[in-house]
Amino acid sequence: MTQVHPAPAPPTPRREHTQVSRKSWSKRFFGRPEVGSLMGAVAIFVMFYAIADPFRTPGAQSTVLYASSTIGIVTVGVCLLMIGGEFDLSAGVGVTTSALAASMFAFQLSLNVWVGVVFALLVSLGIGLFNGFVLTRTKLPSFLVTLATFLMLQGLNLAMTKLVTGNVATNSISDMDGFDSAKAIFASSVQIGSVSVKITVFWWLLFVAVATWVLLRTKVGNWIFAVGGKADSARAVGVPVNRTKIGLFMTVGFTAWFAGMHKLFAFNTVQSGEGVGQELIFIAAAVVGGCLLTGGYGSAIGAAIGAFIFGMTGQGIVFANWNPDWYMFFVGITLLVATLLNLWVRNRAARR
Amino acid sequence: MTDNHTPVVELDGVGKSYGNIRALDQVSLAVHENQVTCILGDNGAGKSTLIKIVSGLHGYDEGSYRVDGVPVRFTSPRDALDRGIATVYQDLAVVPLMPVWRNFFLGSEITTGTWPLRRLDVGTMRATTDTELKKMGIDLPDVEQPIGTLSGGQRQCVAIARAIHFGARVLILDEPTAALGVKQSGVVLKYIAAARDAGLAVIFITHNPHHAFLVGDHFTVLQHGRIELDAARADLTLDDLTHHMAGGAELDTLRHELDRAGGPGPQPQLSGT
Repeated sequence: MTQVHPAPAPPTPRREHTQVSRKSWSKRFFGRPEVGSLMGAVAIFVMFYAIADPFRTPGAQSTVLYASSTIGIVTVGVCLLMIGGEFDLSAGVGVTTSALAASMFAFQLSLNVWVGVVFALLVSLGIGLFNGFVLTRTKLPSFLVTLATFLMLQGLNLAMTKLVTGNVATNSISDMDGFDSAKAIFASSVQIGSVSVKITVFWWLLFVAVATWVLLRTKVGNWIFAVGGKADSARAVGVPVNRTKIGLFMTVGFTAWFAGMHKLFAFNTVQSGEGVGQELIFIAAAVVGGCLLTGGYGSAIGAAIGAFIFGMTGQGIVFANWNPDWYMFFVGITLLVATLLNLWVRNRAARR
Repeated sequence: MTDNHTPVVELDGVGKSYGNIRALDQVSLAVHENQVTCILGDNGAGKSTLIKIVSGLHGYDEGSYRVDGVPVRFTSPRDALDRGIATVYQDLAVVPLMPVWRNFFLGSEITTGTWPLRRLDVGTMRATTDTELKKMGIDLPDVEQPIGTLSGGQRQCVAIARAIHFGARVLILDEPTAALGVKQSGVVLKYIAAARDAGLAVIFITHNPHHAFLVGDHFTVLQHGRIELDAARADLTLDDLTHHMAGGAELDTLRHELDRAGGPGPQPQLSGT
């Protein structure tokens, strides 16, 4: 009885852990979320490199990177949101909404296109705010909330465009004030040696770098993992759960805006029916990159590799002279295999 | 031993009703530094209501609540935290997939640098987590491992160490051993003793008199929202405590009735085959 009372130095419960005194380098490596997608990317790259001659040229690689960047930019936002435990099904049509908003606002009011660009940013952030606000207020699952937004935007895109322009596409804005400077930012090319690389590739890499830094090295990043991992625990220790989630939806809005601006300034005009189905590609890329559907786990670099896999598959099929109709089939296979691979790698890393 | 000091937390004749239901009635409690105060009771005895009042989650209807001799009326757990009253709930408020050090500092992260480049001070937080846990006698090989990979007892201890590090003077532990095995419970009980030796006032809520008696200095047994027993360790044996926990006076009455009904002990009459 009394021998408990003086309670000397508490015990050292290291018995369960002595055999793994330090995590080995390989365990650290295989414990990373992006490992599965990296292995997949290498395998697919080697396959296309072997079977498709044109795939081996630097120009083809530049095209692959460009295709990856158009998927990858929005995937950055979608991946952060998924780590934060939510979905956004409205991101695909949100890209089109943003491009339409910028184009029509500037064209109809005969303004500098930059005014349209800023207006579109406000629209996109507003959509994110709406999604986040409805979600945190009603506690409805994000699948439902953003599905509703997705359907509403799909209808709005078509209806508003027809109402304003009398057509299903917007008028070309290529001769308007500010077009050239906006195109330089959103849709120009950079010459590197003999290869021309689209500027979106650099923006994509920048966004991935910023997202990675935010996730791993800032307070907000800590909160994102926490609200996705266990929102109640996060709230209990003082994390502003609702503000974090709303911010994440607005981040998706920002990336959708950026992709929309690229689309607008690359093609001068926007088709109002575009973007449907893209939201699932973004989500698939994030999942291939190691994001858990349930939240709390994932990485921006992994999501970038996921986007690279899909960009590479889409272009590789063309370079290999296959029928492009097979693209979606390969996307499906990749998603399934990569998810299983991620699961397997994670289980192995956890068991060792 | 410390009775001449002002209690850190003191309840005097506190009562609380939920509609017609009297959850607490005339409950008094004095919690001192360097002591483990155990609150015991069956399910529905009022333990939860009592700690919710102390931790600022609920208000109270009558009586008074004093912290360091000053009357207080908390409106939120934040008020209690600001006075150093921290509660470690059963679910511990940890995020299983996150590393131990990130969990340790979650919501109170240390940052460095100015705004656009304001970043986590990862080195300091890792080192602090490690030293704080070592101080509690928890030696992890790697604070980078997800907290979900720790055992239940270890997680409990990390949550306790976190509360202490962020300035808790009063530590409320809500059934910390309820979901644990014998060995793990032992580990947690040793940390409770370590927290007490570090000078904290510990309020240990449990329905296990054996666990309570191992570390407790003062015991309060609640029953139907009233105090059934309020005694210091010196005035008590484990048998007394178990007896009171098991129902005390009610149990005596029951035994009496059973005695009258037909002899002590259930002796099945195996007559006539």
